[in-house]
Amino acid sequence: MGDRMKREYLKLDRVQGALIELSKIHSVGYGEIVEITNAKGDKKVGRVIKIDGDKVVVQVFGATMGMSVENSKVSFKGKPFEIPLSKKVLGRMFNGIGQPVDGGGDVYSEDLYNVNGRPINPVSREYPRNYIQTGISSIDGLITLIRGQKLPVFSGAGLPHNELAAQIVRQAKIQSKEGDNNFSIVFAAIGVKHDEAFFFQETFKKAGVQDKVVMYINYADDPIMERIIAPRCALTTAEYLAYEENQHVLVIMTDITSYGEALREVSSLREEVPSRRGYPGYLYSDLASLYERAGMIKGVEGSVTLIPILTMPNDDITHPIPDLTGYITEGQVVLARELYQKGVYPPINVLPSLSRLMKDGIGEGFTREDHPEVSNQLFSAYSKVQEIRALAQIVGEEDLSDKDKKYMKFGDAFEKRFVTQSFNENRDMNDTLDLAWDLLTLLPKEELDRLNPKLIEKYMK
Amino acid sequence: MINGPVILGKNMTGFKMREMVMVGKNKLIGEIIAIDGDYGTVQVYEETEGIRRGESIISTGKPLSLKLGPGMLGNMFDGIQRPLKKIKEDHGSFIPEGIGLISIDEEQLWDVELLVKVGDYVKSGQFFGKVEETPLITHRILVPIGVEGEVVWIKEDGKYNINEVLVKVKDIKGNIHDCLMHQEWPVRVQRPVWERLPIDKLLITGQRVLDIFFPIAKGGTAAIPGGFGTGKTMTQHQLAKWSDADIIVYVGCGERGNEMTEVLEDFPKLIDPKSNRPIMERTVLIANTSNMPVAAREASIYTGITMAEYFRDMGYNVAIMADSTSRWAEALREISGRLEEMPAEEGYPAYLPSRLAQFYERAGYVKTLSGEEGSVTIIGAVSPAGGDFSEPVTENTKRFVNVFLGLDRELAYSRHYPAINWMNSYSGYSDMIKKFYEKELNEDIEGIRNRMLNLLFDESRLLEIVLLVGEDVLPDDQRLILEVARVIKIGFLQQNAFHKDDTYVPLKKQLEMLKTIELLYNRGLQAVKKGIPISRVRNTELYEEVIKMKYTIANDEIDKLQSLNTMINEFYNGLESEYSE
Repeated sequence: MGDRMKREYLKLDRVQGALIELSKIHSVGYGEIVEITNAKGDKKVGRVIKIDGDKVVVQVFGATMGMSVENSKVSFKGKPFEIPLSKKVLGRMFNGIGQPVDGGGDVYSEDLYNVNGRPINPVSREYPRNYIQTGISSIDGLITLIRGQKLPVFSGAGLPHNELAAQIVRQAKIQSKEGDNNFSIVFAAIGVKHDEAFFFQETFKKAGVQDKVVMYINYADDPIMERIIAPRCALTTAEYLAYEENQHVLVIMTDITSYGEALREVSSLREEVPSRRGYPGYLYSDLASLYERAGMIKGVEGSVTLIPILTMPNDDITHPIPDLTGYITEGQVVLARELYQKGVYPPINVLPSLSRLMKDGIGEGFTREDHPEVSNQLFSAYSKVQEIRALAQIVGEEDLSDKDKKYMKFGDAFEKRFVTQSFNENRDMNDTLDLAWDLLTLLPKEELDRLNPKLIEKYMK
Repeated sequence: MINGPVILGKNMTGFKMREMVMVGKNKLIGEIIAIDGDYGTVQVYEETEGIRRGESIISTGKPLSLKLGPGMLGNMFDGIQRPLKKIKEDHGSFIPEGIGLISIDEEQLWDVELLVKVGDYVKSGQFFGKVEETPLITHRILVPIGVEGEVVWIKEDGKYNINEVLVKVKDIKGNIHDCLMHQEWPVRVQRPVWERLPIDKLLITGQRVLDIFFPIAKGGTAAIPGGFGTGKTMTQHQLAKWSDADIIVYVGCGERGNEMTEVLEDFPKLIDPKSNRPIMERTVLIANTSNMPVAAREASIYTGITMAEYFRDMGYNVAIMADSTSRWAEALREISGRLEEMPAEEGYPAYLPSRLAQFYERAGYVKTLSGEEGSVTIIGAVSPAGGDFSEPVTENTKRFVNVFLGLDRELAYSRHYPAINWMNSYSGYSDMIKKFYEKELNEDIEGIRNRMLNLLFDESRLLEIVLLVGEDVLPDDQRLILEVARVIKIGFLQQNAFHKDDTYVPLKKQLEMLKTIELLYNRGLQAVKKGIPISRVRNTELYEEVIKMKYTIANDEIDKLQSLNTMINEFYNGLESEYSE
């Protein structure tokens, strides 16, 4: 082993984009880490992504600019991509491959952690049941976030997804035995603009949580290859904090679309057979290897809750990235341009939004007994509003029946009073539900077909 | 060569196609999928990170097989039948690679009762012993396929593990065969049957939209396609919980880990209405969650169907739920891509349709080798990319299944569950199981089914007109159709999986409910024809009463529907006499 570690290879066969090829390699492991030193002595890290006979393909993190086939030294490290982790990572900032960029020096720890992780055994999982109050009515009331859930935000370019994420970070409240001390945030920026990253840093500072945040930042002008590692570093850190330090970790990732594009770029460099829109056939498994790392484990206090943010190219929800994400995650929060243009913040379109885990985490014993039926009724009524609006477009609002006019009124009130709230407004779960009842009074009573009459009597004012 | 889950090995002339092998120092489990001269291609069922060039590939001499015997029910396995509970005990909460080949528990002792004696002549597939595996299911021990002859030795009844030789059989050539409590069977090979029988029995699911409108037959095939969030998994869970199969094999193929955990938590608590036992006692779970190795996803479907066939051979009606077959097809695509095969549509390999056909054709209602009747029903979820039903997996699946239950995004958005779209769904079994309904309900349901479906079709046509000109201009008889269609949708098609009565509804009540709705329509139509305005015909209270019957009338008080019918009749009698004056 030791002998092999020292062996350096001095000749590359090919450099193309972020991939380099070498041959006559003696012993190499799949997924192994590689160090490349160029003529000036600059070091780059790479990873073995294919072994073919004595040929090896290495994916380089960082730019391959200036690399030539003659002047590079390559050494194989004999181990997978690992990062050191300790509780001291809290409050720190790293680049996409886990190197500190805040000038705070290296992290030291006894153990190194493989960034790829390993799948949680379904038998060991604890089914998530406790909700996280975000203080945002449309989420708490209709798309309730559960601790240990993976709930993405589907957004579009120019929509306020960052503000929404920041608001969630600031307001998120969990009920836990040890108070707020065991709550931390891991933030992974994947190909984001500098000002976006700055916005998050400022938000964390203002909210006074910067000591509880670990940041992995890959800027839009950073090497693309690092985008593939950045979310894995973040999730490895989250797993460490959750399962070894008993923290409730909220992981925020933005923007998964940049991640998918990086993956496509590598795939095309490798000349793989593309599937939909040029994305590789393994896009689903690859995204799943990120998202499925959210969860809870039996007998462990901590949890990993994941909020990936993605911008849908052309606001198209059937684009492969939102589409495959929706198949893996436990619901989605969908932002709508139409609402945003109407001045609704947060512009959450509740109809295509969904929280799959809320059914087991709301109602009596969790939030309030009326919650399940109220949310059901709001969904059903608001969906009816859409039909009636379509009708009003044709026949004109004047000619609608009285019942339909009431629905129109309800629809407007729902958007302006329930969904709309300011960036600094933090609504309690009870406030949200009371507000919902208040809106439902706008509808004729016989239309409330999802509500138990007993609840109507108790809560309708 | 090492490329993800695909490995190319050298000096492999002695290896056989589809043979199981062990790769590297961690002994990762793999299967030979191609041989080219001296080179063999292996698909590896575990994470390949860290494998080095030059590590050895060890032959096992046999194809990827399952151990079939007591110990499967109530347990959860990975895609190649390794018990996840045992993996947790040995390796902790995360699944490492290099676990080795473990299968059903070999230490547990089972109480065996032998059913043959020395001197008996036994044939392949015959029962020679039995074990009460769970209070619900008797596990019959079968003479292995290919063994036939005279029993020359038997073990006493008693407690043994699955490796115990229970019976020795001497065949016609004088060879002695040991019959153990378990047998091995290669996953990719269909288990033989005596003959296939015609399909003529309904798989009762307690779900109204299925049992009445789009029935699934025992031994049949069904596909449930739907975009994300339309409730595929929810529907599959409902079927696994309530359908009247003896055994359920649930394959979570490339789906969420939490969903499998939910099944593990829920099923032991749910009580089967027929036997009053927890339904977990009749369930086998197979889990390859979306982050588990992709090659094992390809195998998980075969593991599930082989287990289902084995229980069928004991004379049971088995239903297998595969959630989702699209992930399996994607696993095929991924491996095909790594093999650099020529792709057909959307990157899927050209053999996708034939693989799908091979899978669905393993369903059927049969006479088993032991002479019993048994069946395997396959219900596959399909996750079409972008919710578009014209993509290759949905399209090809459609060709090989007889029931198509299209889940609809619009319905799901308005929280109409199950979101089965009555406009594009169909069942090819309605005719085949006609006699079954007649026997079970003493009634022909075809008439009422068609009349009610036609109302729904009329409604959708009328709604298009309404969108253009508004509802008020429609004549009253057409407005009545809209009103009654709403009752069918909310009061009948929507079913609440979380309501204690509504989650499972007996067949008899389903029919009576529909008859009540038809009465409401017929009496309304009669009144409209007499010139009574729709505003009076559509009595809010009466309609609400009918819509709420699913909650207000419990499953064991079906008679109460009669008083609802009386109420309808009295209302319209009153209305008509008021107007005739």
